[in-house]
Amino acid sequence: MSDNTGSNEPMESGDAVRKEQSPKRKVGTPAQGGRLLATDESEPAPQGAGAKLDEAAAKRAERVVAALFLLAALASVGFIAAYVWSGTQGPDGMHGIDDARASNYALGACMTVAMLAMAVGVTIWVRRLMTSKQIVQQRGELPSGEATRAEFEAAFMEGAEDSGITKRPLLRRTLLLAAAPLGLAPLVLLRDLGPLPEKRLRHTFWGEAVKQAKAQGKQGVRLVVDGTNRPLRVSDFATPGSMITVVPEGIDKSPHAMNEIAKAVTILINVPAEKFKPVKGRENWHVNGIVAYSKICTHVGCPAALYEQTTHHILCPCHQSTFDATDGAKVIFGPAARPLPQLPLSVDNEGYLIATGDFPEPVGPSFWERG
Amino acid sequence: MSTQSTPPKAVSGPLNFLDDRLGSTTFFRRNMKKVFPDHWSFMLGEIALYSFVILLLTGTFLTLWFQPSMHEVVYEGSYTKLRGVVMSEAYASTLHISFDVRGGLLMRQIHHWAAILFMCAIAAHMLRVFFTGAYRKPRELNWLIGIGLFTLGMVEGLFGYSLPDDLLSGTGLRITQGVAEAIPVVGTYIYMFLFGGEFPHGTHGEIIPRLFTLHVLLIPGVILALITAHMMIMWHQKHTQMPGPGRTNDNVVGYPFYPVFMAKTGAYFLFTFGVIALLATFAQINPIWMYGPYDPGAISAGSQPDWYMGVLEGSLRIMPNWETTAFGHTISWNVLIPALVPLGLVFGGAALWPFLEQWITGDKRHHHLVERPRNAPVRTGVGMAAITFYGLLWLAGANDVIAERFHVSLFATTWFFRFAIFIGPVLAFVVTKRICLGLQRKDAAVMHHGVEAGIIMMSPEGGFSEKHEPPTEEERAVILSKENKSPALRTADDNGIPAPGAKGPLGHLRGRLHRYWTFDDIPVEEHDHEEHAEVDEGARKELTH
Repeated sequence: MSDNTGSNEPMESGDAVRKEQSPKRKVGTPAQGGRLLATDESEPAPQGAGAKLDEAAAKRAERVVAALFLLAALASVGFIAAYVWSGTQGPDGMHGIDDARASNYALGACMTVAMLAMAVGVTIWVRRLMTSKQIVQQRGELPSGEATRAEFEAAFMEGAEDSGITKRPLLRRTLLLAAAPLGLAPLVLLRDLGPLPEKRLRHTFWGEAVKQAKAQGKQGVRLVVDGTNRPLRVSDFATPGSMITVVPEGIDKSPHAMNEIAKAVTILINVPAEKFKPVKGRENWHVNGIVAYSKICTHVGCPAALYEQTTHHILCPCHQSTFDATDGAKVIFGPAARPLPQLPLSVDNEGYLIATGDFPEPVGPSFWERG
Repeated sequence: MSTQSTPPKAVSGPLNFLDDRLGSTTFFRRNMKKVFPDHWSFMLGEIALYSFVILLLTGTFLTLWFQPSMHEVVYEGSYTKLRGVVMSEAYASTLHISFDVRGGLLMRQIHHWAAILFMCAIAAHMLRVFFTGAYRKPRELNWLIGIGLFTLGMVEGLFGYSLPDDLLSGTGLRITQGVAEAIPVVGTYIYMFLFGGEFPHGTHGEIIPRLFTLHVLLIPGVILALITAHMMIMWHQKHTQMPGPGRTNDNVVGYPFYPVFMAKTGAYFLFTFGVIALLATFAQINPIWMYGPYDPGAISAGSQPDWYMGVLEGSLRIMPNWETTAFGHTISWNVLIPALVPLGLVFGGAALWPFLEQWITGDKRHHHLVERPRNAPVRTGVGMAAITFYGLLWLAGANDVIAERFHVSLFATTWFFRFAIFIGPVLAFVVTKRICLGLQRKDAAVMHHGVEAGIIMMSPEGGFSEKHEPPTEEERAVILSKENKSPALRTADDNGIPAPGAKGPLGHLRGRLHRYWTFDDIPVEEHDHEEHAEVDEGARKELTH
C-alpha cells in the first residue's frame, strides 16, 4: 500500500507527527515512522505548534506576505489608473474594439494581480504564521430522540384538537374548497402569455403573397434574394450547383417581418438536369432543375444552410440532418424525420422566378397537431 | 501571546450592541471554533459558491446598461464593422457594454467564465460527493438540493447566453422552440406562450424581456435560496471527513473556523476571482460582435452551446430520425427522447441513488466518515458508467468539430456515438469494478504482509527476498476504514419470520441486488503482527463504528 501518493487519501495527521517536514512517499520506499501517508503539500497546513514557531522563519514569511499585500494594493491602484486612462482614448470615453481590448488587458491584468497576490499572501499567512492547533470536536446525535418526538407529537395533536380542525370536518372541507380555486388563479393569469397556435404553423408568407399576387392578375409572387431583396431571373441563376437564400417579395413590409422570414426563408438550388428526379406529382414545380426547399430544418428548426455541390446534399449545421436536393430533399442521414418542404416554382412573363403557391405542408419542426 | 487579553472596543462595542438585542454572542461563541475537516476535494463546492457570488456581482453590473428589448434600432456605436446595421436593442446594448463602457468587456467575460466555472465546479463537487459516498444518510437532502442546483444552473445559463440576441444565441432559442414544439399535446401552446406568438418576435418582442426577468430575478433567487439551505444544512450536520488516524464517525478533526478556515476560505474566494479575472483578461469568450445580430435565415458552422448544454446537443445529434404519425397526431421521438431521456436518466438516477443504495444495502446508519471509492465497487462502477454516458453524449455534441479536426467522416462519428453510448458505460462499469476489487486486494495484502520496503535481503542460503515493513499508523487507519461487507441481507428474524422487505418479487430483487453489491468484497483485516496487535484493535473499532 505504498503507492498511494496522489490518491484521495487524507493528508493531515495529528500534532504528534507534525514535527518535521514529510516528503512525498515514493513507490516502493519504506514507510518511516510517524510520516504522512501522502501529501500534496510541500508545507503542511497550520504548523499547529505555536510555541515552536521559528521566529526567524516567521519574520521571513511575514515580510513575504506583506510584500504580496503591497503588490495587491499597487495593482488595485493600477486598476483605477487603467480605468481613468481608458477614458482618455477617444472624445467620449472608450472607442471601438482596439480601445476595448487594450482596456480589457490593462484592467483585467491589474484585477488578476490584485486578487491573486492577496490570495497567495493570505495562504502563506495561514500556513506559516497562524498558530492554531488541530482540534477534535464530537459530533453529537443529529436526531432529536424519541422523547422529544413524542412530546412534539403530543403537542401537535393537542393544538390540532384545540383548533377544532379535527372535530369539525365542515370547516376543514370548506377551507380546502376555498383554497383550491385560489391555487388555480395564477394559471389562469398566465393565459395571455401568447396567442393560441390555431393554424399559424400551417402556412407561411408565401401563401399570402401568392394570393395577393394572383388577386392582381399575376401568376405568382417573385422570389427575392434574402438581404438584398433583388428579384431573380432564371438567367441569373443558370449555373448548376449554385445555391442562394430567397424570401417572397414584400415580406420585409409585412407586419411581423422577422416572424414571417423565420418561417418563409427558402433555399433555391440549381440541380444539374441529368441528376434531377422530380417528386411524383411535382413534375412542374421546378424550372430547368432550379428547385426551392424550405430552409428551416424539419428537425428542430435551424437553417439548413450548407449545400455540397458534388453530392447535392443539403446539410443542417446544427445536428447534421442531411437532405438530398436531387430527390425532393428526402432525408439521407441525421435526426430529421421528414424531407424539407418543397415550394412550387415557375417563371413569369418577364423571366423572373416566381412561386405559384405555399409550401404544401407545415415547415420546420414537427408538432402534435401536424398529422 | 496573552490568552486573557480582551478585544478592542471597536470589536466588543458592536458585539455587545448586537448581543444586547439578539443574544448573538451565544451563537458566535458556539460556532467560532467550529471544526472544518480539510481535504483538497472539499474545496470544489467552494469554487461553485464563489463563482455564484462573482456571477451576482458582475451580473448586477451588466444590468445597469443592458436593454432587454427586441425593439429594432440602427447601430451607431463605436464598433465600426456593424455601424448602420439594424439590430435589436438587446444586441446593440451588449455591443455598447463591450466597447463603450469601461470595464464592460471585462465584466461580460468574467460573467461568462464564472458561469462556466460555476457549472464545472458543481459537477466536480457532485462527483466527489458521489464517489466518496458522502450523500449517504443523513446527507440525502443536500444531495437532492445539489442536483436541483445543477439543473437550475443549466436553465439559467441557457437563458443568460440567449439574452444578447446575437446569431449564436438566436440559434439556441430556435432549437429551444423546436424542442418545445415536439412536446406532445401542449407543445405548440408552450411555444406560443413562451414566445408570446411566433418565433422569434412574438407579438411585441416578448422573449428577450421574459428571459431577462427569469435570468436576473426568478432563477437566481431560487438558486440563492437553495445555496443558503445547502450551506445551513452543511453547517448544522457538520462536514464529512476522510478516514485517518483519530477520525471516527463521531468526531470532526480539523482546524477551527476562526481564524484558520475563515482565512483559508477568504483566500479561496480571491483565488477563484483571480483565476476567473485571468481567464476574462486573456481568454476571449462569446465574442458576440463576430456573430452579428440574429437572422433566422443565417447560421454559422460549428455552432456550439456552452459546455453544460453539450450533452443535450449531443443526444439530439446522434438520435435516429424516429417520428410517429397516427390518428392525425405526430410524435417526434427524434426530439423527445434525446431531450428527456439522457438527462432524466443521469439526474433522476442520481436523485434516486441514495435511497436505492439504502434499500439494497439495508444500511440506515448515519455516515460521517466518507468511504474510499474502492470500498464500494458497485457504486464507483455505476458512477464511472454515468460519467462515460454523459461524457460520450457531451462529445457527440461536438461531432462536427471532431470530424473536421481528425479528418474522419461526419456520419462515421455519429455512428460511433450511437453504439458507444450503449457499450461505453457497460465497459466503464466492468473495468472500474475490477480496478476497485484489485485495489481492495492490494489493501488486504498490505495488511497481511506489510509494505514493500525496497530493501533486498539475502538469506544464508543465497536466496533474495524483499523486506516488508508494517504500514504506518496513517496507512493502517485509512486501509482499515473499509467496512467489510456482510454477504447476506437478514431475510428472517430469530423466529424464522421473514423480514417485511424480503417478501415478494421486490424482496427477491432486493436480495439479489444485495448479493451483487457484496458478493465479491475482499475482506481487509488486521493480521496478528507481533508488535501492533493492541493498537490495531482499538483503531479498528473506532473506525468501523
